[in-house]
Amino acid sequence: MKELKYALFTGCTAKESTPEQMMSTLAVAKKLGIELVELTEASCCGASHLQDYDDFLSLVLNARNIAYAEMHGLTMVTICNTCQLNTSMTKHRLDHNAALKAKVNEKLAEVGLEYKGTSQITHFLYAIIDDFGLDKIKEMVVKPLSQFNIAPFYGCHNIRPSELQNESHKAHENPYNPTSLDDLIIACGGMSVDYVEKNKCCGFHAELQAPHTAAVLTGNAVAGAMDANADWMVTPCPLCHLKLDTQTHHASIAIGREVSLPVLHMQQMVGLALGCTSAELGLKHHVTKVNFI
Amino acid sequence: MDALTSQKVTFKVFRFNEETDYLPYYNTYTLDVTHEEVVLDILNRIKWDHDGSLSYRRSCRHGICGVCSIKVNGKAILACKSRLFDLINVFGTELVIEPLSTKRAIKDLIIDKKDFWDKHAEAKPFLTGEIEETPQSEHLVSPHDAEKLLEADYCIQCGACHYSCPAVAINEQFMGPAAFAAAYRFSADVRDESALERLHIVNEEASGVWDCVKCMECAEACPKEVNPIEKITKLHNMIFEANIAKNNVATRHAVGFAHSIAKHGLLDEGELVRYSEGNIGVLKHVPVALKMFTKGKIILPWNMPKSDKLDEIQKLIKSSSTVKF
Repeated sequence: MKELKYALFTGCTAKESTPEQMMSTLAVAKKLGIELVELTEASCCGASHLQDYDDFLSLVLNARNIAYAEMHGLTMVTICNTCQLNTSMTKHRLDHNAALKAKVNEKLAEVGLEYKGTSQITHFLYAIIDDFGLDKIKEMVVKPLSQFNIAPFYGCHNIRPSELQNESHKAHENPYNPTSLDDLIIACGGMSVDYVEKNKCCGFHAELQAPHTAAVLTGNAVAGAMDANADWMVTPCPLCHLKLDTQTHHASIAIGREVSLPVLHMQQMVGLALGCTSAELGLKHHVTKVNFI
Repeated sequence: MDALTSQKVTFKVFRFNEETDYLPYYNTYTLDVTHEEVVLDILNRIKWDHDGSLSYRRSCRHGICGVCSIKVNGKAILACKSRLFDLINVFGTELVIEPLSTKRAIKDLIIDKKDFWDKHAEAKPFLTGEIEETPQSEHLVSPHDAEKLLEADYCIQCGACHYSCPAVAINEQFMGPAAFAAAYRFSADVRDESALERLHIVNEEASGVWDCVKCMECAEACPKEVNPIEKITKLHNMIFEANIAKNNVATRHAVGFAHSIAKHGLLDEGELVRYSEGNIGVLKHVPVALKMFTKGKIILPWNMPKSDKLDEIQKLIKSSSTVKF
C-alpha cells in the first residue's frame, strides 16, 4: 500500500487548550505510518461563529487554508469537527458557485494565492477508517481495550448536515445512526455502548451565550453514557472534549445530578490500543482524571 | 430493483391519552411491509386492521400539508413521504414510532403544537407593505429576487426542525428554527417592509438567534430541505448589517473571532472569553480556568502561538471584511 500523507489542519485548540489532542494525533500517525504535513500558515476556521459576523471574510480565510493544502497537493485532514464542518462547507459553497469562487479568489490573489478546489477535506477519524482501514488497525492492536465499556460521542459537526459530510466520507454515515466511532471502538478491542445522546449536541457553541442550555446538553450527554454503563467516553472533536471534560460541574448543577466520566480523544483511544504510553498521549492534560490506566 | 419486496417489521408505537393515562406506553405490532409502502400506510393499517383507537394526524398525503410529521427512531419524518425500506436501511427492522415531542403528546402521535404556532407567529410570517387599493399591475418578483429567499418559502410548518432542536427542548423562550426560517423568508422578500422589525425580534437574547447551539439538527430534520440553520446565519448577518447588533456577550463572541484572527491568525481562547464576557463577567470562568491551567490547558498571553504568514491573514481581513461592529 502506498504511504498515506495528508496536510494537517490542526485548528486552534490543538495548539492551546487540548495539547493532548495534538500529542496523540502525532503519536498515532507515527504508529500507523501516516505522514502529516502541518499547515502552519492556517488561520482559525471561525468556529461557526465568525460567519455570523462576516460570512465573506470567513469564506476567504477558510479558502486560504484550503489553498495551502492544495499547494502541497494533499488531502486536508482535520482533527476538529468544527474545523471539518467550516472548511468543507467553504469548499462546497465555492465548488458549487463559480461567481462566489471568483470573488473569493480575487481577494486571495492579493496575497498571491488561489483556491482551486483540488484538495479533499476529511477528518482524521475518517482518514483512519476509510483510507487506513479498520481491519489493519485491528491487526495492529497490541493492548486491546477489552475490559472497557466505551461510549462514543460523535459530535454534531462531523455527522450533520449529512449531505455535506458524505461528500468527504467514503463510507456513508447516517447521522441518526452513526457507526464509524462504534466500529473504531470495536476495532480497538473495546465494547461500544449505545445511548441516545451519542449523536447529540454537547452544547459547546452556546456555552457563553446560552450557558443553561449548554450545561443541560453536557449533563444529558454524560448522564446518558453513565446510564449505559460506560467506563469512559471517546470523541473525535476537541470542542466536545473540552465541554465534556472540563464543564461537568456546571452540567451537574444544571441537571440536578452528579455527572462525570473520563473522556478520551479518538486519537488517545487508538493510541492506547496501539501501545502508546500515557505520556505520549498526554493523558495528564485532562481535567476529569483518566483513572483507568 | 430490490430483490426483497416485502419484509417483516416490528413497530413499537407510542400510546398515550392525556384524559385517561398517567404515563405513556408502547404497543407492538409485527407486520409484513412492502417496498412501496410509506409510514402513513402502516399507521393506517394498524388503525384500520388492529386498533381503531390509534390517533395521528393525516391530510394531504403529498408531503405538502405538514400535519403527519412524527418521529421514527428519533428521526423526524413526514409519515406520508418516508418509505419504510429507507428507514429499515438505517435502523433495521425494529422501528419506534413516536410523536414529534413525547412531552407534548395529547393522544398517541398527536401533539399540542401551540408552542410552535405561537413562536411562528412571533416571527411575523407575512408580507407587510403599502399597497394600492386598485393596483394597475401585478407585483411581480423577478427570478433573481425570488432566489434571495433561498427556498425558505418551501417550509410547510410541519415542526420537524422545531421538535428536533435541542435549544427549543431546553429553553422555552427560544423561537426555534422554523420561526427563524419564516423570519428570514419574509424579510428577504423584496415586497416586504418589516424586515427591521423582524430583525429586532430575532435579535433578543434567550428567544432570538443568538441562543442557537449550532448542532445542525434542523438542517438534517427538514423534509423540504429548507436548511433553517443557513437562514439563522443569514439573520445574524442581517442584524450586523442593519447595525442593530447589541453590545452583549453573544455579539462580542462572534466579533471576537475576527479580532483574534487579526492578531494571531489563530483564536486566542482566553482573550475570546474575556472579550465576550467583559472584565467582570469573565470572573465566573476563573474556577474552571484554574483547573485547566493546572493541567496545562491554558496558554499565557505571552506564549500565544501565531499562524505563519500572519501578514497575509491581516491583509485579507483588511480587504475582505464586509461589516463593522
